[in-house]
Amino acid sequence: MQNLSSLFAVALLSLAVAACAGRKPVEVEESSIEITDATGSEVSTGTASPSGLTEEESTTTLGLEDSTSGLDSATMELVNTRVVYFDYDSSILTPENETLITAHARYLNSAADVDVILEGHADARGTREYNLALGENRAKAVANLMLVLGVSPDRIETVSYGEERPVSIGSGEDAWSLNRRVEILYQ
Amino acid sequence: MICRTRKNRIAVWTISLFAVLCSYSVTSHAVFTIEVKRGTEAKIPISIAPFSIEHILQDGLQLSDIIETDLNGSGRFDVIPRTDHLSQPHELKSVDFKDWRLINSEALVIGRVINIGNGLFEVRFRLLDVYREKQLVGQKFRVPAGKIRKVAHQISDIIYQKLTGTPGAFDTRIAYVVVQEGASGIEHLLQVSDADGWNPTTILNSTEPILSPTWSPDGNQIAYVSFESGRSTVFVQDVWTGQRRLITEFRGLNSAPAWSPDARKLALTLSKDGNPEIYIFDMETSGLQRVTNHDAIDTEPAWSPDSKFLLFTSGRSGGAQIYRISVSGGPAQRLTFQGEYNANASYSPDGRLLSLITNQGNGYKVGIYSFQDQSVRELTSTSHDESPSFAPNGDVIVYATQRANRTGLATVSVDGQVQQVLKLQGGSIREPAWSPFTRKL
Repeated sequence: MQNLSSLFAVALLSLAVAACAGRKPVEVEESSIEITDATGSEVSTGTASPSGLTEEESTTTLGLEDSTSGLDSATMELVNTRVVYFDYDSSILTPENETLITAHARYLNSAADVDVILEGHADARGTREYNLALGENRAKAVANLMLVLGVSPDRIETVSYGEERPVSIGSGEDAWSLNRRVEILYQ
Repeated sequence: MICRTRKNRIAVWTISLFAVLCSYSVTSHAVFTIEVKRGTEAKIPISIAPFSIEHILQDGLQLSDIIETDLNGSGRFDVIPRTDHLSQPHELKSVDFKDWRLINSEALVIGRVINIGNGLFEVRFRLLDVYREKQLVGQKFRVPAGKIRKVAHQISDIIYQKLTGTPGAFDTRIAYVVVQEGASGIEHLLQVSDADGWNPTTILNSTEPILSPTWSPDGNQIAYVSFESGRSTVFVQDVWTGQRRLITEFRGLNSAPAWSPDARKLALTLSKDGNPEIYIFDMETSGLQRVTNHDAIDTEPAWSPDSKFLLFTSGRSGGAQIYRISVSGGPAQRLTFQGEYNANASYSPDGRLLSLITNQGNGYKVGIYSFQDQSVRELTSTSHDESPSFAPNGDVIVYATQRANRTGLATVSVDGQVQQVLKLQGGSIREPAWSPFTRKL
């Protein structure tokens, strides 16, 4: 388990939309973190060795200022992104998702008194109950990766709203793709 | 423009359902019949002569309008337009059967409504066989004004049973969810109304979503999913008293309740053991029995009429498909192989068919699966349908269908011939569930 001591500020909770394009590449070497199928077939764990971090004192605060020391800025930017997106009818994590969630896990591992709620959602196509289950599986996929990366299970809560809380109303892939998501809420 | 069923016969539309919808109005309750001519299933031509009436119903409709809408929507009848009638009898002695043979009507309904004082009305009707020139049924009812709509539906039921042999399902109810803008934000309402959408009563008012209402076999209770605590939980509520019982509130999902035919169990979807699976909850002991065991999504359980099997939707083969499993667990048998998505299946009352939502490349439509053919056929002309529910006689299906950014309710006859749109009002109406037959006291 990494020892990431940092002063790190948590941004205000918001429903920020991820900027999938234009995200800086994370300066991290990741070895052997393999998540295959979100239906939970094979999961193997490894370690991530971040580069470019400095060791700071071990206190963390929930202040509003960003700290430029502690977690590197790329990780910080990722942690400011609170939404993970999914493909149609899928709860599989893309490599981009994994990178994002890893940053969040890293933050959680550095902020021991912070808990996280993972809210799973689905787009409006198909039946409501199946979408409720799909949202649940998406939240669980994110949670499972966090667990693998060392976050304690009693700090993670998952909930699904299926298609009942869309951020984008309307039909068409533009709207649907924004609704197929897991929202990461800190508390 | 508010459309009303003043016309006895709406012109046959051959274009898409959505193109002819009128604007919404909170106070209007319009029912449109859109005929989709498919197949050559013979319908019984019948005439409903306007009842002599001394009481106009509040909405301006007459009993004969209600009976006409009922019979047309079933897909089994072809109600001849009032404008074609050659005479207007109210009593048997005034009937000239030739007038009705001339317009090719096989059956004729005549009637009277008489104000007998003290707020009571006597409704009399006769169903006549035009070719054999004899009465098939005659009956009278004595009711207060507020029950005249119900009497109209009961008359429709009697006509339906007499001429088709199948019990009518017109004097029944539906439950459904309304989502609308309220005074202090979005409201979610669980409502119960007549099967044609009239006389709605709100039985639950929440600021959070309500899903999957489903009637107990005796029609006295409704099970549903409520998000009132911030996540999905299952409740059972008495329709008459409002009394509620919390069924499950485990971690994760508590959803998709389904009553067993003897009402002693509820099948449910729970994810407390890791991922969404089917369980059976014992209403008496509160005990839980696990049915499925697979790491894919397993949800939307539905009981077979003989209580031996559960249908459910599973993602285990890569996308949503319908499976069947013994209630005691064991191997699951896949039923649907057509289309990329098949979900939300339930048995017809006779156990021979399933209603479901199917996507075979043309959008999400109400479909019928036949155990005999082992195939799915699409039923509706729309492409964003949800939540199909059989009428208790198995002849019609009610469902929700999306237009623009709202959903509304519609019915389709099981042969796919007739679709009717119900309940146009401001707000989104979804998750319909058809009640069992109403117990006659």
